[in-house]
Amino acid sequence: MNRPDRRSFLRIAGSSLGIGVLYSAYPAALTQGEANSMFSALGRETGEKVTPFSFVQLSDAHVGFDGPPDPLGTKAFERAVEMINGLPQRPDLVLFTGDLTHDTEDKDVHIQRMKQFQEISKKINVPLIKCVAGEHDAGLDGGALYREFFGEGYYSFDHRGVHFVGLDNVSRAKPEVGGEQLAWLKKDLARFSKSAPIVVFTHRPLFDLRPDWEWFTSDGDDVMNVLGNYDNVTVLYGHIHRDDEHEIGNVHHFAARSLIFAFPDPNGASGPRKPVPFDKDHPFKNLGIRTVNFHGGSQAASRAVSIEDIELTAREFRNINGIQQMLREPAV
Amino acid sequence: MLCLKFVRIFAPSVLCFVGMAAMTGANPAHADNTPVVEITAKRFAFSPNSITLKRDQTVKLRVHSEDVTHGFFLRPLKLDEEIPAGETIEVTVTPHEVGTFMPICDHFCGANHGNMNMTIVVE
Repeated sequence: MNRPDRRSFLRIAGSSLGIGVLYSAYPAALTQGEANSMFSALGRETGEKVTPFSFVQLSDAHVGFDGPPDPLGTKAFERAVEMINGLPQRPDLVLFTGDLTHDTEDKDVHIQRMKQFQEISKKINVPLIKCVAGEHDAGLDGGALYREFFGEGYYSFDHRGVHFVGLDNVSRAKPEVGGEQLAWLKKDLARFSKSAPIVVFTHRPLFDLRPDWEWFTSDGDDVMNVLGNYDNVTVLYGHIHRDDEHEIGNVHHFAARSLIFAFPDPNGASGPRKPVPFDKDHPFKNLGIRTVNFHGGSQAASRAVSIEDIELTAREFRNINGIQQMLREPAV
Repeated sequence: MLCLKFVRIFAPSVLCFVGMAAMTGANPAHADNTPVVEITAKRFAFSPNSITLKRDQTVKLRVHSEDVTHGFFLRPLKLDEEIPAGETIEVTVTPHEVGTFMPICDHFCGANHGNMNMTIVVE
């Protein structure tokens, strides 16, 4: 097989309907032989053959937040850790898309919140955890404290033949990426072919989802113009505290739910955004975890993927009963 | 669409108010008789929190920050300004579409930043 320029050679499957999201990278629309040949060719770009794997997206834990929309603090975050550790297939990595902590002007308090985030997240039984900042982590100090704890604000890495790019659209206080980071992105992606599998993870949406709720990135179009040169791009983001899925050109955008409280559906909602009120009888309502599992084989084109949405219930929270499971049709 | 002319003023200035207000919250102020609307930004609200403008009528919005740096963003009217701490910016707008719009602070200013917005009604 020649240059891997065929679309959909690899799909990043998954959507965000819960506490977190489990994604699977898998061959699609190809026979096993075609997939192996194409993945080998792609491997020459990243130095590693593309092989099926799964990963989890978590977002918006807001460690340190204590308010009416969720008086339970880190309970949902801790429960998400338990659920990930209980998955039958261990994910390769966890991507955390910002607002790890809630902001405070007291630096010592913010340090304690970042330490608390690290203490909880290190209990996740995965080999690799990668983060980007949210505005509540980095908006007040330009990301200085965040970088002390978690490293650079934007960066990239390769994993099993997939190129991951973490973008920072919060540290400049305004919802923007900025020219310096944009130039870095162009340079970072320059070595890849049009078909390279790319996963971008960031905090705010890179498109105008709801600008009057600050659900946008002002120079998101510039980022998308760069990403638009590639056929297989998935963007994972948080910030909006609800699941969302958009396809713009060749790029698929997925938002994960929060680990603290939910925002309502922006479609048709007028006026300022308001969190979904806390329901003491259903403290984890709207929270849960979606798993996407690739079963492999030559049927990968359509139905070789199973999606399972698991919603936590009040009873489960009280340790009286097990989790309630709802099976949904595959979305891919 | 909206016509914009942006001037940054690095200290609050005293305006000479003349004529009649053409819209809610507006003072006809400048030498060119363009009505001026004074807006104050202070964590985590704009004051006043609602103004009414007339369609196709030019107005100057003077936005002053009383504390930290704030943003003043409204995509439909192409407003995207930054108001440094303690300073005042002035932007000239001519709204051509009737409607209710919600400018926001888009410069992260603290815990309740997400609720910092106001209403502009164009009628």
